[in-house]
Amino acid sequence: MLSAIGVRSIDDLFAAVPAAVRRAPDLPPPMSEIEIRRFLGGMAKKNANARDTAFFLGAGVYNHYVSSIADQMLYRAEWLTSYTPYQPEVSQGTLQSIFEFQTHICLLTGLEVANASLYEGASALVEALLMAERLSRGKTRAVLSAGIHPEYRETVRTYFSNLGLELVEVPLGPDGATDAKALAAAVDERTFAVAVQSPNFYGVVEDWKAGSAAAKAKGALSVAVVAEAVSLALLAPPGEGGADIACGEAQSLGVPMHNGGPLLGFLACRTEHQRQIPGRLVGLTKDAEGRRAFCLTLSTREQHIRREKATSNICTNQGLMALASNIHMSLLGKEGLREVALQSHAKAQYLKGVIAKIPGYRLPYAGPTFNEFLVEGPEDAAVLLERLSARGILGGVPLSRFDPKDRRRWLVAVTEMNERAELDRLVAALSGRPA
Amino acid sequence: MNPEDLRYADSHEWVRVDGDVGTIGITDHAQKQLGEIVYLELPEVGHMYDAGDEFGTVESVKAVSELFTPISGEVVEVNKGAVAEPGIINDDPFGDGWLIKLKVSTDVEIGKLMSADAYAEYVREEEQEK
Amino acid sequence: MSVEVEEKATAARDPRYPEPRPLPLVFERSGEGKVGYSLPPLDVPATVAIPAALCRKEIAGGTQISEVDVARHFTRLSKLNFSIDQGLYALGSCTMKHNPRTNEEMARLPGFAASHPLAPDALSQGSLELAWRLERILAELTGLPRVTLQPSAGAQGELAGILMVRKALEKTGKARTTVLIPDSAHGTNPASAHFAGYTVKELKSNTRGTIDLDVLERAMTEDVAALMLTVPNTLGIFEDRILDIAKIVHGKGGYLYCDGANFNAFVGVAKPGLMGVDVMHMNLHKTFSTPHGGGGPGSGPVAVCEALVPYLPRPTVERRADGTFFLEYDRPDSIGRLRTFLGNFGMFVRALSYIAAYGNRIGEVAKVAVLNANYIRAGLTGVYHLKYDGPSMHEVVFSDKKQADLGVSNVDIAKRLMDYGFHPPTMSFPLIVHGALMIEPTETEGKPVLDAFIRAMREIARECEENPELVHTAPHTTPVKRVDEVGAARNLVLRWRP
Repeated sequence: MLSAIGVRSIDDLFAAVPAAVRRAPDLPPPMSEIEIRRFLGGMAKKNANARDTAFFLGAGVYNHYVSSIADQMLYRAEWLTSYTPYQPEVSQGTLQSIFEFQTHICLLTGLEVANASLYEGASALVEALLMAERLSRGKTRAVLSAGIHPEYRETVRTYFSNLGLELVEVPLGPDGATDAKALAAAVDERTFAVAVQSPNFYGVVEDWKAGSAAAKAKGALSVAVVAEAVSLALLAPPGEGGADIACGEAQSLGVPMHNGGPLLGFLACRTEHQRQIPGRLVGLTKDAEGRRAFCLTLSTREQHIRREKATSNICTNQGLMALASNIHMSLLGKEGLREVALQSHAKAQYLKGVIAKIPGYRLPYAGPTFNEFLVEGPEDAAVLLERLSARGILGGVPLSRFDPKDRRRWLVAVTEMNERAELDRLVAALSGRPA
Repeated sequence: MNPEDLRYADSHEWVRVDGDVGTIGITDHAQKQLGEIVYLELPEVGHMYDAGDEFGTVESVKAVSELFTPISGEVVEVNKGAVAEPGIINDDPFGDGWLIKLKVSTDVEIGKLMSADAYAEYVREEEQEK
Repeated sequence: MSVEVEEKATAARDPRYPEPRPLPLVFERSGEGKVGYSLPPLDVPATVAIPAALCRKEIAGGTQISEVDVARHFTRLSKLNFSIDQGLYALGSCTMKHNPRTNEEMARLPGFAASHPLAPDALSQGSLELAWRLERILAELTGLPRVTLQPSAGAQGELAGILMVRKALEKTGKARTTVLIPDSAHGTNPASAHFAGYTVKELKSNTRGTIDLDVLERAMTEDVAALMLTVPNTLGIFEDRILDIAKIVHGKGGYLYCDGANFNAFVGVAKPGLMGVDVMHMNLHKTFSTPHGGGGPGSGPVAVCEALVPYLPRPTVERRADGTFFLEYDRPDSIGRLRTFLGNFGMFVRALSYIAAYGNRIGEVAKVAVLNANYIRAGLTGVYHLKYDGPSMHEVVFSDKKQADLGVSNVDIAKRLMDYGFHPPTMSFPLIVHGALMIEPTETEGKPVLDAFIRAMREIARECEENPELVHTAPHTTPVKRVDEVGAARNLVLRWRP
């Protein structure tokens, strides 16, 4: 090969690289597959995981059922090692699967158009707000409910810090839902978007209509945020509630928790806004012989063509995760998704009811919840939960993790994966009884 | 090739002046570069533009281009047919593929634009650079 | 449509693609009463404690389907895809290298796959250690002191990098207004600079396709925050004047940003930190073998120089003297967050697994990658036009200029290559090469595959002369023929309707 190229050694091919910048890395020698398994396996064992504990963690990532086939199908080389479908003739599998995913999201959100997915919930919210800003032609204020996940809001602040846009946060009312009066008051003629999350970060179910009414009154767009997408199988969809854009996290629909990534962001909107939708889109078409076929479309909005005028700087979607979710949503179908939602809700209701009766514990918010709720206990929640973890119970996420001043409250999430026995174990532990 | 009675901008738009109305479109070279046009965004009637302002966008599958008006004026007509069937711009860029008509404020600017020959030369030079 | 009917309704079949086409959508396979899932019976009282006004009716159009339907549907769909496991993807700038299966197994260990990012630090030591180790390794490979793994993909990494530069400059009193980007750059560069609130000034490349130092010197003012450079550039050519470039940028107080998409060209051989690079993003799904999965997930870690460390996204992964790990949130100068949690953790596992397999021999990856690209270049020089003939590193960019005279474009050549069993090269950029064919074989490929690719490309060039219509109407043997992308855009149908 070297003689075909016309050089004496591979080093000659690096002639343009100055000697001063060349350096071999200080790394250990190569590991065999067996050693890699020991190395990484050793680290994995140091983590608590949902399979080995009574597990009640939520706050944006949920331990839901993932069917075996949804996971194993991803081992297929044609799914795992295939490229972005820029060449439709050799990517019809990926393209059709994305088209199906887009459809699933539309059916769940009640909106007409959805994209091929985004990175995760927080950046999906950013993209939704930027989309609303583009559509508003010159408005400068975004109104966000304080019920939106704190890490989503922090991400929005990071992105907005240099765009000359104003962010206004609206507090929750005493029942745990966004204060409707305060929301309406915060929206003015300069507002391009009003964003509300449901179920919100504290687990409380909100009425999409409050946000969309407030938005419509002043000519703003209504953005519905969903962090627990299983809720879409039971709760009123954003589209019916007047939302212009729905966005958030679809991890709970068939994607493992993976310690918080990769996840699965989604975004859907009304047909009239579709040209401003960020990310990839798959459309239906034909091939030269009249067969039904699919291809990426409206790419002109994307970075690789519009460059600095792009609707977003996104390049990848979450391909493999969107596939996993498509398989999962297809398999469960309309009945299965509903049953998962009903079970999650019923189990959470049961647990909520029993915890509320334990002396020293209360539920700060009276609003209806889906599968996650806030508990206030008699002592520092982080300390309490650490005690529980020593007994194999991961009892929830302490709010002090997000706000160091909020010491005694924590979020409990329940899904169809929690057996009754686990629920009773948590109750026993909180009651001070032996497990 | 490029009609003699038109004047051309270096951003590949053409203009035809009839009395105080200027008709604007994109050239045959431009439509070839873009490929099949799939979408067109044009302004509302009544908009005022200065020469060089962006008045819309034209999109193909692989590229999107801003449209710049070579002359100043007020939009008096918009080619709705082209918006509905953008392919007409590819088929007849100098005729039925016209984009907007402006009521012309001043004809001083028209003299600044290229003649058909000058434009042909300009395009030849641009191609060389590739 | 039932499976039997669809078998019969098929058009003429190519024996290489035995599946019936078109394939129904999963919604079209749905049938009343079919069930694909099972859940344990509800072991608590059934209830819906949410007002009816806040609840929905059924999911109209949702599927009812069996597991075997799902298995067949997604298996058949998969066979319509080309993949690395099937053959060569010579896609420039994508680094389509082999995805080792150990990576997949490691990522699925329950301690990783079923772990939650908000579990207490004491119960997440495995994840924190893994993240910390990967950061240390990437720091070592880049020669830069600290790394963040948070960005979800390269594009987000770029944004993080420029935001950190901006914050650092703001601390000096002047954020500056402009970012310089060569005309050969990938579209995410100017898009990211724009999102950081900067105006982009494009630098015209010189006739060699590299940075023109005079042009840079004139453009580099105290109003320029950074120069964003891809190294080697998108033509596969290394900026041999990189040290001078860094000097010019630093001389006016600017930062040198390196787009690490092409890191495969010199990983383990040279260190960007030594080149004067201040901040660099990497793509785990390119250089470090995490799977492309049909378009994601990616992961875009960013390495930074000492001056930018205070601005790293929050939280950072830290190690105590006793060897335990924790997340540090108290970082007052941080740019904040670009997403939830730590990043695409599942990709960290895969990348660490990959790097561990190479260890201190990882430089061989770059060496073989560069060797392979040059071998292809030697085999195709004279057959295809090479606009910029500077020395190639891991990729080479030809163009369709010779074939364009015969009425054949790079798109046609790309489609014809599919008939030969290869995925087409990158075509849509760099913008400075019209009709580009950007070829990056990676180190994965051995000589026989490279020879087959060269043969195919030479054959196609011959076809362009002798039978251009054949190339012009390609592909002929793929599951679908040339797809009407214009029709898709003119008539937008983006979903199925019940």
